[in-house]
Amino acid sequence: MKRRDFLKGCMICGAASSLGISKKAWGSGSFEGYPEGMGVLVDLTRCIGCRSCEAACNKEQQLPEPKVPFDDQSVFEEKRRPTEAAYTVVNRYEQSGGPVYRKVQCNHCNEPACLTSCFVNAYTKTKEGAVVYNSKVCVGCRNCMIACPFNVPGYSYSSATNPVIKKCIFCYDTRLKYGKPPACVEICPQEVLTFGHRNDLIKIGHERIRETPDKYVDHIYGEKEVGGTGWLYLSSVPFDKVGFDNTLGNEPIISNVKEFLGTVPMVLSIWPALFTGFHLLSTRQKGHGDDHGHDAHSKSEQEGAKK
Amino acid sequence: MKTFKAKGVEIVDSLYKDNGKKKWNLMEKLLLGLTPQQYIAQALRNPFNWLLAVIFAIGIPIILGRFIFGLGWVTHSSCDYPWGMFLGFGLFAMVPLSSSGFQLGTTCEVFGRHDFEPIERLGLLNGLLGYLFAVIYLLVDLGQPWRLPYPMVVSFGPAAVLFLVAWHVATYLSVQVAEVSVAFFEWIGFPMGKRGVRKITLGLTVAGIILSTLHQGALGALFTYAPGKVHPLWYSASFQWLHFFVSSLPGGLCMVIAVSTIARKTMAWRCGEEFKDNLDKLTIALAKGASMGLATYLTIKLIAMAHDNKWEYLATGWGQWYMFEIFFGVILPLGLFAYAIRNEKVGIIRFSAFLTVFGVVLNRVNTAMITFNWKLAEREIPHWREAVISVTIFAIYIVVYRFILYRLPILYLWKTADETVEATEGARVPKKAILEEEPVPVGTYRTREERIIPAASFSSLEKN
Repeated sequence: MKRRDFLKGCMICGAASSLGISKKAWGSGSFEGYPEGMGVLVDLTRCIGCRSCEAACNKEQQLPEPKVPFDDQSVFEEKRRPTEAAYTVVNRYEQSGGPVYRKVQCNHCNEPACLTSCFVNAYTKTKEGAVVYNSKVCVGCRNCMIACPFNVPGYSYSSATNPVIKKCIFCYDTRLKYGKPPACVEICPQEVLTFGHRNDLIKIGHERIRETPDKYVDHIYGEKEVGGTGWLYLSSVPFDKVGFDNTLGNEPIISNVKEFLGTVPMVLSIWPALFTGFHLLSTRQKGHGDDHGHDAHSKSEQEGAKK
Repeated sequence: MKTFKAKGVEIVDSLYKDNGKKKWNLMEKLLLGLTPQQYIAQALRNPFNWLLAVIFAIGIPIILGRFIFGLGWVTHSSCDYPWGMFLGFGLFAMVPLSSSGFQLGTTCEVFGRHDFEPIERLGLLNGLLGYLFAVIYLLVDLGQPWRLPYPMVVSFGPAAVLFLVAWHVATYLSVQVAEVSVAFFEWIGFPMGKRGVRKITLGLTVAGIILSTLHQGALGALFTYAPGKVHPLWYSASFQWLHFFVSSLPGGLCMVIAVSTIARKTMAWRCGEEFKDNLDKLTIALAKGASMGLATYLTIKLIAMAHDNKWEYLATGWGQWYMFEIFFGVILPLGLFAYAIRNEKVGIIRFSAFLTVFGVVLNRVNTAMITFNWKLAEREIPHWREAVISVTIFAIYIVVYRFILYRLPILYLWKTADETVEATEGARVPKKAILEEEPVPVGTYRTREERIIPAASFSSLEKN
């Protein structure tokens, strides 16, 4: 905790003191999501690992048939991640109080790293809260996969002619747009997943923690992490025990990049003046154009030859 | 080539052969003035060409296969390691080694240090080819390379660092083409073009500095998108772009030393007297520049470490690997440079330059691949086809590099360049004057009459 505070302090001091320009850029870094943005509260204490959410997602998004059927529990033997063939996966973590299951999918960040890293603007954060992706403009640089702090986007490497990013889109096209919950939420038999406005979900989450403080860790994962995420998690065991990264900090990923982006206008405006100035200072009186080596040298060579 | 030169075969080094009597035609220029039989004979005699042939025989089909069967066929199609050798080595390592273009351009054109000119063109060419092949590596890696112009014309993501990289690399490539085109215009015999480019040299050079500063840095800034994935020893939010930019400075200079060493050894016949006579002196001068860069780099590496208080990581296995990189890539060459510059030991400087190049490449590969995702249990070893493609593209890079060095006046001076320039001027000025119906000074006509023969030769040149 101490280290993180120190880092944060350094970052803020650095940004404030280094450049006037970066201050301006900093101002836009506090977007907290659309007020009407939807989200899902995931209560890990209720999940039994039935994998019906995986099956529902597969059907809704018309993904390929999996190698291992959805009722096969053997997949829990290894930790999986979302791929082009599965937008959501459930992993099992053996804990002292029995297994804890964790569902993984896109967390639909308020300020998505994928969106800010994309140089063709393929990603959109919709006002409903979904992070969707336009495959028509994707060049395939896969920078979003590098940037995503949750390792969510998958890529259809198998396609030679039209490989694209594949990730959970909150069932935006078929459901969210019409105010309906995503397929995984609808099918969940244990009410692990609660769909609602993000702001309300945070209240519900804190309420549950307050009512049964012994049952939960006093933290909603995603409330503040990397600027806040649309999907929020409650857990009975420390989050880093069940595959969450506790070291991400609360700043959106783009804040890291702003220090560099802030220097761009500076370089663009100062360098030309500085270096043309150097040129004038270091080359006295000599007209330029006729003192260039390959000309000058060959000239003198010719003169030498004439002599 | 040495044998041919010893036998008295004339090698193309000017527009005219037989002491200015006849012009070389394009085919003769391409064959360096040899007959086709001689050319093939010298190519077959070189064992390096046989090695290249083997690499191409295996590599080219695999490159084609990548476009037929997709990336999944040549890589491990990993979602955790989306960037493999093509970017980790090809893009991130080739670009810093190409910073020589803007550095030597600046030295000669901005600061007026014309004593660096014998090696300036090599620096520019090294820059151009490095960037070009970085882009070629990128084209192989992109999922849909035919969409590469999209960030320029179809859809803009101006907040992204990669957007800046794309624009700057594209602009800088054209700037470098213009800078190197001077040599091409001399070779092809188009003095107008040469003079045109000369007029905007200062502008091009300053543009080169701006674009280089920003995108060398931007490549580093790309990793600030992944603060949790790059190992803390290779990551620093505030210094990442400075680390990349500053290390590119010695990287580029040492690459020029390395290339000039190889060129001096393997193509001595093509090196002009100027280049040969000045090379040792210039190598020492470049090494001085590189030491400054290395010293700065080492300092900011340490400052960044102190700034984020990351000393504890040095005690881990990653820390040892980090110290290996810093010691062999920075501290050792720095020490060797200091000793060798003082005692004018050019051989040690050359060795040390290779070491620095290795250090810069290792740093980029470490950041992008080896220490990337250090928290994940599984490390990815690139697919063998990925390695083969990387080697093949590098071989193509060497072939193109050699092709240009053999022909264009990079390492030697183009002999009669000025004669042709004057001839054009003599012919063009009166023509223009007549067109504009202005009173023409008599002197101009006289000049034209005097130079009637070169003017005629110029018109035959246009046909060419």
